[in-house]
Amino acid sequence: MGNSRMKCRKCGRPAAINMRRHKLALCDECYPAWFRGQVERTIRQFGMLAPDDRVLVAVSGGKDSLSVWDVLLRLGYHAEALYIDLGIPDGGYSTESKVRALRFAEARGAVCHVVSVRDRYGLSVPELAMRRGRGHKVCSLCGLVKRHIMNGFAWEGGFSVLVTGHNLDDEAAVLMQNTLTWQPGYLARQSPVLPADSEGLARKVKPLCLMYEREVAAYALVCGIDYIQDECPHAVGARTLFYKEILNQLEQRSPGAKAYFFTQFLRAKQSGAIRFVEGEEVALHACERCGQPTTAPGLCAFCRLWQSDTQGDEG
Amino acid sequence: MVVVRYRGKEYELKPGMTARDAILKLGLDPEAVLVLRNGKLVDDSAILEDGDEVTIVAVVSGG
Ligand code: SF4
Ligand SMILES: [Zn+2]
Ligand SMILES: [Zn+2]
Repeated sequence: MGNSRMKCRKCGRPAAINMRRHKLALCDECYPAWFRGQVERTIRQFGMLAPDDRVLVAVSGGKDSLSVWDVLLRLGYHAEALYIDLGIPDGGYSTESKVRALRFAEARGAVCHVVSVRDRYGLSVPELAMRRGRGHKVCSLCGLVKRHIMNGFAWEGGFSVLVTGHNLDDEAAVLMQNTLTWQPGYLARQSPVLPADSEGLARKVKPLCLMYEREVAAYALVCGIDYIQDECPHAVGARTLFYKEILNQLEQRSPGAKAYFFTQFLRAKQSGAIRFVEGEEVALHACERCGQPTTAPGLCAFCRLWQSDTQGDEG
Repeated sequence: MVVVRYRGKEYELKPGMTARDAILKLGLDPEAVLVLRNGKLVDDSAILEDGDEVTIVAVVSGG
């Protein structure tokens, strides 16, 4: 049993995780409380949630979304979840991940809504990608579908805020990608809190944005959260994986480097030391079919996807 | 022997090495994985003993 050389700083039991960036080792009993405290601090620091918010958590059945849901429930927030069934058949990905999300909800007496893309629109995400003849770009299409359904569901359900499970590694990878290619528009918008910028778009917040991916996985494992460990088969070779690898190499050499990269970016933006001039404010219109805001008059990018005669494009 | 599982494959390692040694032996990045010994999360300095069942969990996802 006690075969761990490193001890918990709080109680002296064998350590379950050592976080070099904090020079902090904790056991499996002290870790969850510490983790929740950190998330609580992030929520406060960025003014993410108010006690009376009606929160909708976007859950995928993975470690990040189930962990953030778990933390919010334990902190006493009214948090329901939305699982979007994309209908990805490979290795039973969608089925397996849905089972995890529903089991989690049941065990906690929490509400998990399910929207099946195929039931609602007639085709699964891979089928839609096939029909649109852009099978190689399943992920961008999938992202568009998920965003649309989440926004619509939050709006119709009267939720005041939409929570996603993005962790610091996700954010740092996106930041690195957008910095290496100098994307002022994306850099201007990257933030732990996206305000409800127009009617029909929920506020979006990322309570795990200061937690390392490894710390989130440790939380899920220690708390016995049964999450889907297998990746969505379409994630193989994803760009972000490559950036995460590079960032982890930096982290190896210099503990805390990942966090510094991201938090200093936020600080510099907040203080005005770095300013990205956003493109001109574009006027938004309500989509003729679904009512969600869109930049061009007529149908939004999502609704165009489902038209049989025209090619949908991203937006 | 120490049985180590990673992504559905099994490896046998000698007892006495640390969890970190095992991670490096498999060519993995210690930042990108966690180690469960007999189902319990252990930090990298834990010494693996004869008969231990070890699972290395990849923590990075790319969706
Ligand atoms: S990897 Fe791509 S297809 Fe799979 S869930 Fe993520 S965005 Fe969708
Ligand atoms: Zn402890
Ligand atoms: Zn529309």
